[in-house]
Amino acid sequence: MPRSDDFKAREAVLARVESWRRRAPKLTDETITMAHGAGGRASRSLIEAVIRPAFTNPALDGLEDAAVIQVDAGRMAFTTDAFVVTPRRFQGGSIGDLAVNGTVNDLAAVGAEPVALSVSLVLEEGFAVDELRAIVGDVSTAAAAADVNVVTGDTKVVERGAADGCYITTTGIGFVRPHTSLGASQVRPGDAVVLSGTVGDHGVAVMVARGDLALAADVASDTAPLHTLAKTLLEAVPETRWLRDPTRGGVASACNELAVDCGLGVELDEQALPVKGAVAGACELLGLDPLYIANEGKMLAVVPADATSRAVQAMQSCAAGAEACVIGSITDAHKGLVLVRTGFGGTRIVDMLVGDPLPRIC
Amino acid sequence: MKYVDEFRDPEAARRLLDDIAEQASKQPARKFMEVCGGHTHAIYRHGLEALLPSNIELIHGPGCPVCVIPMGRVDDAIAVASNDSVTMCCFGDMLRVPGKDSTLLEAKARGADVRVVYSPLDALALAERNPDRQVVFLAVGFETTAPSTAFTLVQARQRKVTNFSVFCNHVTIVPPLKAILDSPGFDLDGFLGPGHVSTVIGTRPYRFVAQQYKRPLVTAGFEPVDILLAVQMLLKQLAQGRCEVENQYRRVVSADGNKRALDLLQEAFVVRPHFEWRGLGFIAQSALAVAPEFSSWDAELRFEVPGVRVADPKACQCGEVLKGALRPWECKVFGTACTPETPIGTCMVSSEGACAAYYNYGRYTSRQRIPVHASQ
Repeated sequence: MPRSDDFKAREAVLARVESWRRRAPKLTDETITMAHGAGGRASRSLIEAVIRPAFTNPALDGLEDAAVIQVDAGRMAFTTDAFVVTPRRFQGGSIGDLAVNGTVNDLAAVGAEPVALSVSLVLEEGFAVDELRAIVGDVSTAAAAADVNVVTGDTKVVERGAADGCYITTTGIGFVRPHTSLGASQVRPGDAVVLSGTVGDHGVAVMVARGDLALAADVASDTAPLHTLAKTLLEAVPETRWLRDPTRGGVASACNELAVDCGLGVELDEQALPVKGAVAGACELLGLDPLYIANEGKMLAVVPADATSRAVQAMQSCAAGAEACVIGSITDAHKGLVLVRTGFGGTRIVDMLVGDPLPRIC
Repeated sequence: MKYVDEFRDPEAARRLLDDIAEQASKQPARKFMEVCGGHTHAIYRHGLEALLPSNIELIHGPGCPVCVIPMGRVDDAIAVASNDSVTMCCFGDMLRVPGKDSTLLEAKARGADVRVVYSPLDALALAERNPDRQVVFLAVGFETTAPSTAFTLVQARQRKVTNFSVFCNHVTIVPPLKAILDSPGFDLDGFLGPGHVSTVIGTRPYRFVAQQYKRPLVTAGFEPVDILLAVQMLLKQLAQGRCEVENQYRRVVSADGNKRALDLLQEAFVVRPHFEWRGLGFIAQSALAVAPEFSSWDAELRFEVPGVRVADPKACQCGEVLKGALRPWECKVFGTACTPETPIGTCMVSSEGACAAYYNYGRYTSRQRIPVHASQ
């Protein structure tokens, strides 16, 4: 064969190789390997095939080292949270939903509108790619529901046994609405404590999903974004004193933090506390107090007494707050303590949670 | 919640409290011991103490299964759990119970395989799923939980599960009750008898309390209305000069108990000649051991346990609290060196322990104790 033909044929092959290399990478692997975290081609194909399509937006798509976001002057809120829940899927949600809603709700609780999220994944070698796709899909859906973009992220892989499947860390930034002044120092005796709905749904849903309790209860996790609820409340009641989303440790621990931070007492009314029948039943059987069980879609608010009905109505106008109600009040009678008034006028102390009745709940 | 709400009815409780206040106003100061930790927990959880007339005092008894486990037995459990081949299963309450140097929770952090289960059958199932592990169930509790351990032993034999065993710390309620009645300085006026234990053993075993020691005893359920009703029944007996064993908890307790459960206990356990109780010392025939027929499933025979008797820390006064001689807050270390987070004594560990119940729920109400007068 003449040399020129040889050259042409080689050129054609090399051109074909180049065009193959330029094709969008496809992920054919069924499980995650160490290579997917090594930063090379496998990492790229994982990101291009699974991560970017789920989150696509202008700030992310350049896949630069950091996302660049245009901002106006003002106050910014910044928060981060790690998610290690087991099992990763339960009635009402998954680790992906929690990872978005948890961070969005932390922003909402300081009166901020969520603007952007980062998503960082730690995967165990051998993790199923299909499950990863499902989780990333949940993150994407939850982010859309929370009106927030995932603008940056990271993926690492650790050896089999060095992690349990998949851990997610999300970080969020948000803009604090002007004239918002929330904080324990704003709380005054006589203020009302308002809760946006039933307590303990998430904790019990996860416990049931674990299946090691031989409990069958029809309880779904309450995981939901609360940015709209917080916005509606703050617009209706700009004088709202304090907000908190009572996750791990439940309403009891959130109230204890409040009592210590504001130096006043919190008095809760046991009979006013909304608890689903199945949650109350499961807690009764297991000797748990629903006040200590985690929530992932509830907002606890302190508002001035004269704004109580406005606050309850504002929450009730939102899907996540349909069952909002007043559960207690602030008093200067027992500073730093949270008391529950029982059905017949007795009281008991509600202390900080000691130990962990339900580890790895979020 | 059916079977719960009707016994938490505020209206019924109010009527009972009015009647108790009226009866109490005609009687001298009364001290009643609630034997069972479940009662202690309920009394504080529902804030009952502050609602009772000021001349009625409830003394918390020894009926918290976690509280009566001596430190040496905790050390033994940790020693078993520290075997590489062992998966130790226990109820959540046991994790924080202090041994001489550490707790099961700390052993778990050091690498021991310690799991929380809600039933011994869960431990047996775990053994079946993991044939290469030695699964040990750390059994604690009175006659309430002992039948479920017995049933599990029978199942283990039937299903030929050889990698399962029980580290048995089951105790019985009557001997410590007798020890309290015999203790010097005993000054109680009556007893709220155990509820769950009585569903198994019935009310007959308590007759000696009324007959020999001349104290009334009323077995009671665990809801506020149950407890108030039992207090009312005790006051009525004292007012009428009666001294009997009565049963408030008729919806689940009978005079003869649960024959099937008792048969199971008979089959799987033997009575130990003596057993050490935290704070109460050695009490004869007060505990159960795995029966010789089940010796293949007895962890005490399968594993080497130190079996060293450890004296309680000097500062700890759990024994006095368990006997009702000290109120929880009268203990020198209550709430300072000894808290639910870092307990020195067992009474601070379980939510049924008198100290933990008082610390968690009662600190404020007891300070603010309001006398209830008959006129109210």
